[in-house]
Amino acid sequence: MILEAKNISFRYGKDTRQILNDFSLQIESRERVGIVAKSGFGKTTFCKILAGYEKPDQGEVLLDGKPLSAWDGYCPVQMIWQHPEQVVNPRLRMREVLKEGDEVEESVIRGLGIEKDWQNRFPAEISGGEMQRFCIARALGKRTRFLLADEISTMLDLITQSQIWSFLVEEVEKREIGLLAVSHSMPLLEQVCTRICYLEEKKD
Amino acid sequence: MRRWNGRMTAVVLFAAAVIFLAAVTAAGFGFSEEALVTDFSRKNLEPGGAYLFGTDWLGRDMFVRTLTGLSMSIRIGLLSAGVSSVLAMLLGTMAAVMGKTVDSVITWVIDLIMGIPHILLLILISYACGKGFKGVVIGVALTHWTSLARLIRGEVLQLKEALYIRMAQKLGMSRWKIVWKHMLPHLFPQFLVGLILTFPHAILHEASITFLGFGLPPEQPAIGIILSESMQYLAMGRWWLALFPGLLLVLTVILFDVAGESLQKLLDPGSAHK
Amino acid sequence: MKEKKVILDIRDFSVSFEQYEKGFSKTGLPVIRNLDVTVHEGEMVAVVGSSGSGKSLLAHGILGILPYNATMGGELMFDGEPLTRKRQKALRGNEIVLVPQSVAFLDPLMKIGPQIRKGKKDRASREKLNRIFRGYHLKEEVQNLYPFELSGGMNRRVLVSTALMGNPKLVIADEPTPGLHMDMVRRVMSHFRELADQGAGVLLITHDLEQALEVADRVVVFYAGTTVEDAAASDFGSEETLRHPYSRALWRALPQNGFQFIQGVQPYVKDLPSGCPFGPRCEFCTESCKAAVPYRQVRGGRVRCVMAGREKGAEEMLQSAKEPSARLAAAGKHHTGAAERRCAPEPLVAGHEADHDKKMRSAV
Repeated sequence: MILEAKNISFRYGKDTRQILNDFSLQIESRERVGIVAKSGFGKTTFCKILAGYEKPDQGEVLLDGKPLSAWDGYCPVQMIWQHPEQVVNPRLRMREVLKEGDEVEESVIRGLGIEKDWQNRFPAEISGGEMQRFCIARALGKRTRFLLADEISTMLDLITQSQIWSFLVEEVEKREIGLLAVSHSMPLLEQVCTRICYLEEKKD
Repeated sequence: MRRWNGRMTAVVLFAAAVIFLAAVTAAGFGFSEEALVTDFSRKNLEPGGAYLFGTDWLGRDMFVRTLTGLSMSIRIGLLSAGVSSVLAMLLGTMAAVMGKTVDSVITWVIDLIMGIPHILLLILISYACGKGFKGVVIGVALTHWTSLARLIRGEVLQLKEALYIRMAQKLGMSRWKIVWKHMLPHLFPQFLVGLILTFPHAILHEASITFLGFGLPPEQPAIGIILSESMQYLAMGRWWLALFPGLLLVLTVILFDVAGESLQKLLDPGSAHK
Repeated sequence: MKEKKVILDIRDFSVSFEQYEKGFSKTGLPVIRNLDVTVHEGEMVAVVGSSGSGKSLLAHGILGILPYNATMGGELMFDGEPLTRKRQKALRGNEIVLVPQSVAFLDPLMKIGPQIRKGKKDRASREKLNRIFRGYHLKEEVQNLYPFELSGGMNRRVLVSTALMGNPKLVIADEPTPGLHMDMVRRVMSHFRELADQGAGVLLITHDLEQALEVADRVVVFYAGTTVEDAAASDFGSEETLRHPYSRALWRALPQNGFQFIQGVQPYVKDLPSGCPFGPRCEFCTESCKAAVPYRQVRGGRVRCVMAGREKGAEEMLQSAKEPSARLAAAGKHHTGAAERRCAPEPLVAGHEADHDKKMRSAV
């Protein structure tokens, strides 16, 4: 499968700065693409467009040549966010959070080191690292074909970061899921990715 | 022993309010016959041992009448506030979830109803529905849902943009399942508090339109009727006819308010630390 | 070398929260248990711990702005005298300043100039602000702008300027660069470095070890409510110079050092083990780690570990810990590092478990 962003342009509202301008990128199923760019480049916005959270002003997102918006129900392109606490309903126990999407395989839960005990807790009762593991597990439903990781380990400690990434790389490779990793850390991307894109603003 | 803390106070207040209100309601049922008994041998007695709140010009026991009246008020309040909160919840959520057309229709209705003076609309609806118990309940229910509906609509609109709800969409959850799983549990505390805080309004409005003669029929021992009748006797020095029923009405309203606010304290997750 | 004056000395600092359990019972939640930090004049000290571990409470504790349901313990000394509530109030925003995380902490309805001068209109403070702004290449017109009109880079400089308006002896920066790009981080950090070079003590609270290592003189490692090690930044140059097993694990987890991880997670406040909080994840954990562990001097730094510095078999221990990571470091040089890492077995724990006892015996 190929996930393709074609000539994307985007800005929030009319009077703000153009965030993306005629931007294109292709990711194949077996690839792990890293993105490095200055802050304010719109990396998060780009991920949101790729996952269908925002509509581009111009251009389109294609999954195997078909517009992503044509997919109903479970979206094959899933995103993992920098702040897990924003994407988890504070009133649900973690057990229920896991059940929100596709069924999550036991091996994923084990691989991420999610303990039984955490599943009965509410989001406020676990740490950010633990919550991020749940979010990753949830995004790895059976139908996931592409995974967008937007600075997912920036707020975590180094050991958790290394645990999570080691698992993710292995899992993504096994299931041939295409991965897009956004990070400010070059050494991290060098460890994780098969291809790295440096984005720079066009200077006219 | 555990130290006394804020949460306990809230629970005690809530329980006390609920018990008192339940007792009044129950007593009203038990006294419904007695409240109508007239006995000219005990006309115009001042409050005292046998008749706590005194008797009126027909020799009716004011204590019993007041309780029956309050009980009637509480039942009307409960029913109409219940109907009106459910209406608010339903319309508020629909406005926010079902797209632009539905939203603009509902918002328009809310603005329309809020634009007309409450009491006027209430009288019109009650009158159109043939006054009486039915008229009052329909009138109060149809006029009191708007502000809660607006609140809930705003809340749902905000909630819709929350990342965890957008994420649920991408995880394949259907619109109504999201409403059921993610939104309603979030809205429930607001709904409950809204419901309880609508009671006092409903009761006061019931009493006022009955007082004005557009509500319950005069033979019914309702607080509005008692107050309106006692007006003519106030000038003759029979102060007790209006004072006790009035005081109890105020007490009931305050108790509902107390119940609502203590419930709010208990349900608010932010109060876990207080 | 001239001994520099101690600005801030925190010993055995603890913070616990009162919270409702189920129903009516209240419990204390000890978020910070033993925290020890010293900051000297002109020194930049970083407290590094994972996010949500409660390290921000340290800043709030020093400033005396902890929430009402928090209880504080331990000794806080500022400039040689105990830091009382009254003193905190007097020094706050003056000798002790907090640099907020973002402009969101500024009043959006007040122009920058008056806001930073805190309403003072006299000549001296005007000139002082002008001087500070010139130092950060901010034009005087900026003072007439509202916070939302500033660009990203400008507002960082404005935030640092707020710190300079008083005569700070201690500057506290609490996660000053959340989610910023490295270039920006370096620029912001250089501002703090300048503050330190001008003689103030700077306390940087962050979750980002790499960032801390770039600018700080000393790094205090915070784990599950406890400071486990106080090391010079240069000690992080190699694994051997570090003292605590957790700091070493952190070092090995750096992508450039092999991206190696240990199992387990930081325990939740309610599940803390007795004694050393790192115990359950530590391959050198012994019975003696289950009692209170003293914070002591080892090789010029401080560490809260029974083993550190006493290891007779230290060489052996280091060897065993280093071996797999060395292999991975080699693998990590290529982009295919992850794939190769998968091929590598995981002898890290299992392979060394057999000679673990022997090692312990020689160590104790």
